[in-house]
Formats: sequence, structure tokens, C-alpha cells
Amino acid sequence: MTLGKRLLGVVLGLAVGSALIAYYIVSYLMATPPVVAATGTAPSVRLTLQTVASFGHQPHTDWVSYLAKNPVGKWVHSTVLRVPAHSLVKMTIYQFDTATGLRNPFWGRPEGVVGGTITVDGKRLDELNPDLASHTFAIPDLGVTVPLKGVPDNAKNQCSVAPCTLAEAHTTITFAFRTGKRGKFRWQCFVPCAAGFILGFGGPMQTLGWMDGTLEVV
Amino acid sequence: MKGHAFRIVAIWLVLTVIAVPLVVLVLGPHLPPGRFSVEAKDQTSANTVLTALLMPIVLLVLVFFGYSLVAFRHRGPAIEDGPPIRGHGPTQLTWVLATGAIVTALAVWGSYTLVETARGAGGGQGPSPTDLPKGHSPRLNIQVIAQQWEWTFRFPSYGGFETRQLALPVHQLVEFHVTSLDITHSFWAYRLGVKADAVPGVDNVAFVTARKTGSFTIRCAELCGLWHGHMYRTGYVMSRSDFNTWVAQQRKADAANLKDLGPYRRSYYPQPFHRAG
Repeated sequence: MTLGKRLLGVVLGLAVGSALIAYYIVSYLMATPPVVAATGTAPSVRLTLQTVASFGHQPHTDWVSYLAKNPVGKWVHSTVLRVPAHSLVKMTIYQFDTATGLRNPFWGRPEGVVGGTITVDGKRLDELNPDLASHTFAIPDLGVTVPLKGVPDNAKNQCSVAPCTLAEAHTTITFAFRTGKRGKFRWQCFVPCAAGFILGFGGPMQTLGWMDGTLEVV
Repeated sequence: MKGHAFRIVAIWLVLTVIAVPLVVLVLGPHLPPGRFSVEAKDQTSANTVLTALLMPIVLLVLVFFGYSLVAFRHRGPAIEDGPPIRGHGPTQLTWVLATGAIVTALAVWGSYTLVETARGAGGGQGPSPTDLPKGHSPRLNIQVIAQQWEWTFRFPSYGGFETRQLALPVHQLVEFHVTSLDITHSFWAYRLGVKADAVPGVDNVAFVTARKTGSFTIRCAELCGLWHGHMYRTGYVMSRSDFNTWVAQQRKADAANLKDLGPYRRSYYPQPFHRAG
């Protein structure tokens, strides 16, 4: 083989390798859900989320999911949240899903929230019957765990396509937690709520943007 | 040829006499997992013995290799193949007997330490361990519950409270009961010398006695999904009085939740209801 052909082979090989690496990086970046920032300014901000039993759109119409409201009031299909450091984060979660129940009743006790309590439809609670939980909002590394009460199975006007509206059956959970220093923390649901997957822990429970997310403290 | 063999053996013997004591006295105390618990200390001792036994073999190979490079190096251009190598009965027999003796000795020693001197080691021994540690009663039972992606710990000896923190009293034999609520995880407390699989529906028992106060890291050693890498916590070994204070605080914090936890069981089968599963 001539030197020219060998050089051509090396150049082509490098080009193909570089293209594959670039494709991987771009695909990875594109796959990450968009960041949703909290509204307001430090030291007190607000985040609003909702859960929906079935997303209702491609690519996974029947997956359970979280959604987040961005600062202009639009629901975004994302679980990548951004809040300021050393701040009070006031959370509101509209829960449109029915109860699945906690596999570990331990998560029925709110932890890491201001005052040690949450409100469910305006009523203050320091624990939730584990059977009534639909999901949890938990940031384990910050010690935050909040059980989310599900809507009754027989509730009328249940939502099945995101984003859900407050005209549909829901419970409203509010609480607050404090952030510390900057960092990136995972958050997740502890309820095995992935319908159709073995033991309820596949699919949306294993995928960023659905029932898992990250909290960027900046 | 005998001159070469003599020199190789002489170099090997000198290096071995130097290296083995160094391994035992200098390297050994720093080998993992350390001496934080009785079990970790046993494991470190085992690693020291194995490394010390390994040294003469490694040195023999390296010395032979190095000596050959220097003494048997062909100088000048290669003009033909070397003489064919044929089997040498006495050498082969010596090699087989020597390696056989080493492996057999290690097997005997390993079995002895497993059954006798290191009974109740930090590895998971299943639901009904036959080899209990010496002085195994009284012991503190702690249940380790794994789930994607967090650890919780239940203390049946203290009313069954559950907590996300793990604390142990120093110089107290602890009997971990490791289980899982979903898939297979692995409870790995490296400094304690404890590693036991957490399997749903299975009660996997592991023993440990901490020798010092301090902290240790708990990790999951079984790839378990999206946040597997985040499944770690810091555990603490405390004095008995500090431990009692800690228990009182945890029981108070968990009091409201205790009625919902249900009775303590040695394992929990995943039983999702409604739609999941």
C-alpha cells in the first residue's frame, strides 16, 4: 500500500472516530431536559411542580412524570431544577395521580422541610398514611423527603394528559426547604410508580426528566 | 548452566529475605481494609499473609526474567533460530509440586481462618449462619434495608425505629440483617470490612465488631440503576453513651412514624399494589 493511501486511511479513520464522538456528545446534551429556574430572587424563591399519571405525548405517552412550571408560567417537561444557594425554596406540587402506596412506609414522614410539616390541600400534616401516597419528592443528599398524597381512585375528572389543569382532580401539597452551599443534587420518587415495569421500578423511575431529576443549587 | 542457576537462586533468595519482612512489617499494616473492626483486621491480616506468600513467587519470575534479559541477550544480528526447548522432567516436577504445595497450604489455611479464627466475618452469610463469632451473645441486631436509591436502618432491639443514619456502639458485636425492597443491592462498609448482598425477600446476616470510634462510608456495590453512584452514606461508630443518646433522639424523631412502619420482619417481599408491577 502506498504512503498516500495509508495517510488517507488514517485521516478517514480519525474523521469517522471524531464524528462518532461528536454525535455522542451532542446526543447526550440534547437528551438532558431543559433547566427550569425557580421564580423570585434569593433568599426566597418558589418552585411549582405537577405529577401526571400518564404524560400523554411522545415518546412515552403512558409514562408517569413530573413537570415543572418555568418563570413565565409555562409547564415544561423537565426535572432539572435550579435554585439559589442559601435560600428558602417554597414548593407547591399539584398531584394529579392516584395512590400507589409506599413500599417503605418510612418515607411517609416528611423530613428536611421547614417546620417539619407539609400542607395537603391546606391541612398541615407531619406524616402521611403510606397507603395514600402517590409519589414522593425526595432530595436524599439534602435530607428532604416529602410524601405526595394521591387523588382517590374514584375521583371524577382525572387528568391523563400533561399538562394537567387545576380544573382536574388533584391534591395540592406545599412545603419549604432551605438550600445550603452550591452543588448539584439528585432528586427522585421513592414510590414504585412505573406502571408496566417489573416491580414498578423501570422506565420513568430510571429516566431523567420523568420521575428523577437534578436540583442545581447555584 | 549451573552457574546461571546458582546466581538466579542467590539473587532471588537475597531479594526474598529483604522483601518478605518489608511486606509483613511495613506494607502489611497499610493494606486494605485496615483495622477499624475485628473483621477488617482479620481481612488485613489475610491480605498480608497472601501478599507475603506472593512475594517469593513474583520475585522468582521477575529475577528469572531480568537475569535472562541481561545474561542470555543475543548480541549482533540474528542469523538463525535458537536451539529448540524441550521438557525437563525434574524442573517440571519441582514446579508442579511447589505450586501444588503452596495452593494446598493456602486452601487449608483459608479454610481454617474461615471456619475457626474469623468466624462471623463481615461477608454476608445468608439467613441462618452456621459459623457464629465467638462470644456472639449478646449482640445488637440492625436491619439494613436497601431500595433504589437509599439505605435505611431498622433497630429491632429498640422498638423497631427506622432511620437514614447508621450508628454503632464501639466494641459491640453487631449482627446486620441485610435485605432489599426492590432489586439486588450490596451493602458495603469498606472500613468495617463488611460486604453483604441485599436481596429482596432474603435476610443476609453479616457480623461486625468495631474497634474504634469514627466514621465509615457505606456504598452500594451492586450496579442498581440510575442513581447507583449516589447510594452512599456516612456511618458512625460511637461510644456506648453517645450511642444511647443517639438512639433516644432517633426514637423520638421516628415516634410518629412507628405505627405506620409495621412489625419488624427479617425480609420484605416487594408487594406493590394498584398498578405497579
